Amino acid sequence: MIEFRHVSFAYETGYPVLQDVSFTIQEHESVGLIGANGAGKSTVMKLILGLLFPSEGEVYVHGIRVSKATLADVRKMCGFVLQNSDSQMFMPTVKEDLLFGPLNYGMSRKEAEEKADAVLEQLQITALKERYNHRISGGEKRMAAIASVLTMEPSVILMDEPTSALDPYNRRQIIQVIRSLSVTKVLTSHDLDMILDTCQRVILIGNGTVQADGPASAILRDQKLLEANRLELPLSLQKPVL
Amino acid sequence: MNKAEYTLREFYEMDELADRRSPVHRFSALSKLAVTVVYLFVVVSFDRYDLTGVLAMALYPYLLFAMSGLTFGMCIHKMRYILPLLIFAGIFNPFLDRNVWFVIGSVSVSKGWLSLAVLIVKAVCTVSAVFLLIGTTKIDAICGALRRIHVPSMLVTLILLTYRYMSVLTEEVAVMTDAYHLRAPRQKGIDVSAWGSFLGQLILRSMDRARELYASMLLRGYTGEFPAEKQKGDSRSLIHALVWCSVFLLLRFVPVIRIIGTLVTGGKV
Repeated sequence: MIEFRHVSFAYETGYPVLQDVSFTIQEHESVGLIGANGAGKSTVMKLILGLLFPSEGEVYVHGIRVSKATLADVRKMCGFVLQNSDSQMFMPTVKEDLLFGPLNYGMSRKEAEEKADAVLEQLQITALKERYNHRISGGEKRMAAIASVLTMEPSVILMDEPTSALDPYNRRQIIQVIRSLSVTKVLTSHDLDMILDTCQRVILIGNGTVQADGPASAILRDQKLLEANRLELPLSLQKPVL
Repeated sequence: MNKAEYTLREFYEMDELADRRSPVHRFSALSKLAVTVVYLFVVVSFDRYDLTGVLAMALYPYLLFAMSGLTFGMCIHKMRYILPLLIFAGIFNPFLDRNVWFVIGSVSVSKGWLSLAVLIVKAVCTVSAVFLLIGTTKIDAICGALRRIHVPSMLVTLILLTYRYMSVLTEEVAVMTDAYHLRAPRQKGIDVSAWGSFLGQLILRSMDRARELYASMLLRGYTGEFPAEKQKGDSRSLIHALVWCSVFLLLRFVPVIRIIGTLVTGGKV
């Protein structure tokens, strides 16, 4: 469970990014965080992960308050897939990247390799195991980045723009993978069709506050609300032009 | 492909070379590291006029190139920036060191030429040895070996991170160089007037990337030390290290080439 209690945050004094934001995400829920550029979606993610700390209010992950003292516990529970997979995959090969997290958390190499094999099998990317990160395509790298997070067996997965810059085939693959994960999922994206496909609930952030919070099927159909927040209806819900 | 991309490709190639399979690749990182360190010390310890002694030391890279599947050509290619510097550093020796080495007709050749030759052979030998080490051993394994000999964790992590971040920096240079040249097609290189902003942007961009990368490490449990693979010491690697270290010491203290030369020419040893 993730809980935001009256959270405010500003990178610069006088320019708040989030103001008095409160919401709760239940276990196994799949939530899409949407909003215009600069609305504060990524900031919400960073606050959950303890990469930033609120100026006011509190953030809880599974009942643990996110603070410097609890970072290790919080981060063990949360897996984060970055928008830029190049920044996520920093080891020479996919295999070494997959082992990095589990080994850091004290898993033996044998156990870690078994876990990595199982995840690669689950995502059907076993062929990538021995490949070099600089030799694989963007789509493969995104899949490998998700795998590197799954090997840590997180109970919460956060994904920042998981389908950005992917071709339709790879986008579909990622959507299927996201749908197949049975953990708490928080996704940020401007790809509202993907959000509609993968999330039951949507939190719309705008002007530093929660503008709407409810079922994805309702919020993503609300054209006025979306347009007021510089968004558009998902393509699948728009009337064909021709 | 711009220069930065080419550098980046070469950079990645080293990782791929280290991942090949050969008898040398299979030796433990610790044994290869020990042999290389001893080799470097022995090579640089030769007298500046001892050409035959230093030439004998070329036996090690020669055999290892043959065994590892790497080629001397690859090594020379990597040395292309260092060699001119070396030649520049030693080019004044023939003029400063005027002791006569030998005389051909009426022309005397100074010992400065000899010391220049020794300097170049030493450089080629030492760079080849280091190339062989990093071309047959992954950086993680080398760092693991450094940790095993109790090199401070901070220093080892610094080496490893520098290695990783170098690719980040070079990637940024590649992207920025392309962006620059697309808007300045007739220019060769980057104009001096743009150096300041180019470097400033490069630092900011690579810091952003580095920050993201570091966040990704932290989120996967990084606490200041890379998880190193525990390497088992095997007898083959131990023999490799012992044999080579003995050979180096033998070549250092016994003038093997001179003895062979004397024997071949029928003189007394």
